[in-house]
Amino acid sequence: MPAPPDAVGTPAARPAAAPRAATGHQAPLVVARGLTKRFGSSTVVDGVDLEVRRGEVFGFLGPNGAGKTTVMRMIACVSPVTAGHLSVLGMDPGRHGPAIRARIGVVPQEDNLDTELTVWDNLLIYGRYFGLPVAVIRERAEELLSFARLDDRRDSRVDPLSGGMKRRLTIARSLVNRPELVLLDEPTTGLDPQARHLLWERLYQLKREGVTLVVTTHYMDEAEQLCDRLVIMDEGRIVDEGSPRALIDRHSTREVVELRFRLREEQQDAVPRLDHLGARLEPLADRILVYADDGDATAAAVADRGVRPESVLVRRSSLEDVFLHLTGRSLDE
Amino acid sequence: MSEAPGPRRGAGEAGEPSAGTAVRGDAWGTGGAGGAPPSPGHGAGAATGAWALPAQAVRALPMLRVTEREARVWARTWPTSLLTGVLTPVLFLGAMGVGLGGLVDDNRGTVDGVDYLSFVAPGLLAATALQAAAGDALWPVMTGLKWVKTFHAAAATPLTPAQVYGGYLAWIAARLLLTSTLFTAVAAVLGGVPSWWGASAPLAATLGGLAFAAPLAAYAAGQESDLPFSLVMRVAVIPMFLFSGTFFPVDQLPAGLEPVARVAPLWHAVELARGATTGAIAPAAVAGHTAFLLALLVAGCWWGGRAFRARIAP
Repeated sequence: MPAPPDAVGTPAARPAAAPRAATGHQAPLVVARGLTKRFGSSTVVDGVDLEVRRGEVFGFLGPNGAGKTTVMRMIACVSPVTAGHLSVLGMDPGRHGPAIRARIGVVPQEDNLDTELTVWDNLLIYGRYFGLPVAVIRERAEELLSFARLDDRRDSRVDPLSGGMKRRLTIARSLVNRPELVLLDEPTTGLDPQARHLLWERLYQLKREGVTLVVTTHYMDEAEQLCDRLVIMDEGRIVDEGSPRALIDRHSTREVVELRFRLREEQQDAVPRLDHLGARLEPLADRILVYADDGDATAAAVADRGVRPESVLVRRSSLEDVFLHLTGRSLDE
Repeated sequence: MSEAPGPRRGAGEAGEPSAGTAVRGDAWGTGGAGGAPPSPGHGAGAATGAWALPAQAVRALPMLRVTEREARVWARTWPTSLLTGVLTPVLFLGAMGVGLGGLVDDNRGTVDGVDYLSFVAPGLLAATALQAAAGDALWPVMTGLKWVKTFHAAAATPLTPAQVYGGYLAWIAARLLLTSTLFTAVAAVLGGVPSWWGASAPLAATLGGLAFAAPLAAYAAGQESDLPFSLVMRVAVIPMFLFSGTFFPVDQLPAGLEPVARVAPLWHAVELARGATTGAIAPAAVAGHTAFLLALLVAGCWWGGRAFRARIAP
């Protein structure tokens, strides 16, 4: 499922052909077993197990502080592992950090573009950090500028760029070494919807070319849109994993009826009267969620029981519902 | 130090016609070039023009990639940067060496056996280098590690935090050597460098500045804000600038302060530089001052590598 059918022969399939026994076509690019990170007495990542397969988009979904960024920083060979096993591209980050970093791309949560340089020079200098010859970087920078839709801003400084442009430049920069694996930490946080969609479209483009992407996000729509497979993280642990569809099927009903009331008291009165309606009832601070496979029938049943909410919304289940069910909290809390 | 493995291309890919470029040309754009790119380490025609020779060195020593970044930023504004770096000490030299020096020479004849211009020129040389090194070791380090995080960006590549630190320190050294050389040349034209040994004075000033910058950059890496930096300048740098034998011999200091001046890094650098420009210094003294400064530099580098790692890769 994850590997696109056209992966063989596309440019990003190249690295797989390189003579590196440990990262054959079938071997996972990232393997973690009991991966743990402690800062002093606080355990930020607590025994994480996961595998990222070649060619897929793998996601970490979870609220802020769940440990997503710390896992990413360990995979990026920046943050040392406290305990457990981690291998990236078949190598040990503790011993082969520079060799691994040479073959991955990193898009950090906070843009750290070089504000003293132009758009073009940002790509040039970053390529130099990888030890690439200037002539090679020039050729790639041209391609990356058009990939990032920044051709006409090449001589611009970084500061005047919009948030979306900076993000695209950061992504372009992360590709200058033609990585096999790109780590994107909250790639669209803080962007307006239009900029987000353009960015997603660019990430699809990368995926089509067979680049493996690892994405963290606290947006469930982003996780649903982008990820072939994801893990849901909460308080340093993985709560469950699977494809967005599989997770929803496993933890939620097909549809959800959202009931909003004018007054809090009305909502409180309604709860006992909705007893045994649908598969599950989830009273939240501002609404009641009724989980049911047939939303319309359930909405009708609500009215039959004499409950009169201010608004009734029938929608499909999402990862938000999965997260709520697994952790008892909503993602944006 | 490990060299970054180069870009890899699969066997069949290199010569492929660019039939599929519509899709693939976008991101990776394999089309056109033909043939695998040279991998770093054996790269042919890697750089052109002014950067060709430095590129050789950069390939041999990965930390110099960070130095190259600084050099490229500097190259955009070098006339301003160089002018301010050299003009300020030259103005000092005019005022103190020629102007005030006239009075000193009229009243005293010589200071430590030389005219005042020749006395103060190496002092200014070393003191200016120290001051510039301190400035470079404080705010730009905060910029790279906290404000803009360019050092974090560099450490996401094959470069290690210690290499980022080392590469930045190498840049400080390069710039110190350049400004010190120019200042020494101006001082020589004005008659402040009596000995041909003066040609080695820029090295002494650079070593002095670097020996101070190495631990200072390590200190800066551990700070959460730049608030203490101006205090460092006022409490450490300016007193050193004034009282380390720069403008007058340290034996003029009050009895209790003379030993303090003798452990200041700047005093050792001034003694070395003055020994060079006047040609009057014992070999043992050269060895002693150099050893002191080198020890400080080595300790600073050890601390700096750790401090950068603690900040970048906790």
